Amino acid sequence: MLIRHPADILPSEITPREVYLSRRQWMAGAAGLALTAALPKELGAAPLSAAKSSFSVDEKLTSREDVTSYNNYYEFGVDKADPAKNAGTLKTSPWTVTIDGLVGKPQQVGLDDLLKSSALEERVYRMRCVEGWSMVIPWIGIPLADLIKRVEPLGSAKYVAFETANRPDEMPGLRSVFPVLDWPYREGLRLDEALHPLTILAVGLYGETLPNQNGAPIRLVVPWKYGFKGIKSITRISFVEKQPVTAWNKQAPNEYGFYANVNPNVDHPRWSQATERRIGEGGLFVKRRPTLMFNGYAEQVAGLYSGMDLRKLY
Amino acid sequence: MPVRASVQGSKKGFSLPQVPKILVYIVGFIPAVWMFYAGITDQLGADPMRALEQALGLWAFRFLIATLAITPLRQLFSVNLLRYRRALGLLAFYYALLHLVTYMVLDQGLDWAAIGADIVKRPYITIGMATFVILLPLALTSTNAAIRRMGGQAWARLHRLVYVAALGAALHFILVVKSWPPEPLIYAAIVAVLLGYRLVRSLGRRAEPRRRPA
Repeated sequence: MLIRHPADILPSEITPREVYLSRRQWMAGAAGLALTAALPKELGAAPLSAAKSSFSVDEKLTSREDVTSYNNYYEFGVDKADPAKNAGTLKTSPWTVTIDGLVGKPQQVGLDDLLKSSALEERVYRMRCVEGWSMVIPWIGIPLADLIKRVEPLGSAKYVAFETANRPDEMPGLRSVFPVLDWPYREGLRLDEALHPLTILAVGLYGETLPNQNGAPIRLVVPWKYGFKGIKSITRISFVEKQPVTAWNKQAPNEYGFYANVNPNVDHPRWSQATERRIGEGGLFVKRRPTLMFNGYAEQVAGLYSGMDLRKLY
Repeated sequence: MPVRASVQGSKKGFSLPQVPKILVYIVGFIPAVWMFYAGITDQLGADPMRALEQALGLWAFRFLIATLAITPLRQLFSVNLLRYRRALGLLAFYYALLHLVTYMVLDQGLDWAAIGADIVKRPYITIGMATFVILLPLALTSTNAAIRRMGGQAWARLHRLVYVAALGAALHFILVVKSWPPEPLIYAAIVAVLLGYRLVRSLGRRAEPRRRPA
């Protein structure tokens, strides 16, 4: 197993004290961001500090250049290079997230308040795209569970639904005559998946706030699921009783399941999922590597799915 | 065949400066050479293999479309590029071959089990492979000697398979992408126009003799 420690240590037990203070630095970084906003290169790239997490994998990182230039973010175009080119138009500050549905404390919360629920951590996670490529990314974020506990979901809440910003003025993909997806982008998790300690809300990568093309200012990262589950630029988090509608599942239900767990044994109908190309590894002569069950996180998450037929519930 | 074409071309006085055919090949191979060079010098972005594979496939499709555009250009606009058609068709074939080799060697690492499973199980790969198989006899019979040996009519009949290849390429492109992005649909629309033009024209021709006695 490539994970240094199994999943049962709470991040809060191992987070050094200075990290609890890191939010101030994040705020300082955000202030610095405001000053340098005129420089497009600096957009979304204010320094962030975070504690190393025991949940990180010990694998070679994909370069920052590749992580920030090879993106699927269809709101900004369907080519992998489009988001880096076009996402600068998204206004990420101020940013408000609406938390509603079956929840004790529904609220509209600003990004800085939202991040109060816990200290920032750096998590080095594998990211496996449903298209058959993968990366290793040093995310910075907070466990989603910390936020969920703070807003006190009701007993009837069984799923968490997420929504991306719906801003045609700032997102060229939403103005397209032939929409690629039924906007806004929507995703969802079962409540126990959302509460799993590996699930995070990321606000940064490589020691800085998220670049827009990676889903600034706040996005979901669920490392054992295909990348499209990691909804970007989140503006709404709803607690619901029924399995929510999700964007890719709605677009092609036979190809993209609600669960979308990384699974080398269940092929996408149009391509195999048995292997993957690790971005930045070998260049033109990249060698495929075997895809791991639950993207290598089986030890931590397989229990969530015991008794389920993962061929049917792909 | 070129005789009739040049007569039509000269009728409206639209003549293009003639360039040696070898130049078409040389210019035609620039994208392949450039992409491969960019690939080995790490200038193709995060996923260079995929970029090369897709570019080669797209250029094959573009040359196939160019080949199909020769006849309408001549008939509708009196632009006669017939003497370059063989070069364009062969470029389409060579690019399709490079695309296939890239898929087999660089993408799949000559994992024959995976390639076989892909061909059998993935419709877009089945169609892509079938399209290549269709182009193969067309490339092999592209010489003057082959035309003479087969006879003009039989040769022309065989080479109508290029219409099937164009449909295959369009479908292959649509099926490989997620959702319905515009680019493959635009290419498919161009193919539809080029083939639709021929269909309408041949239906019109067939209808003509019946009209005359009435």
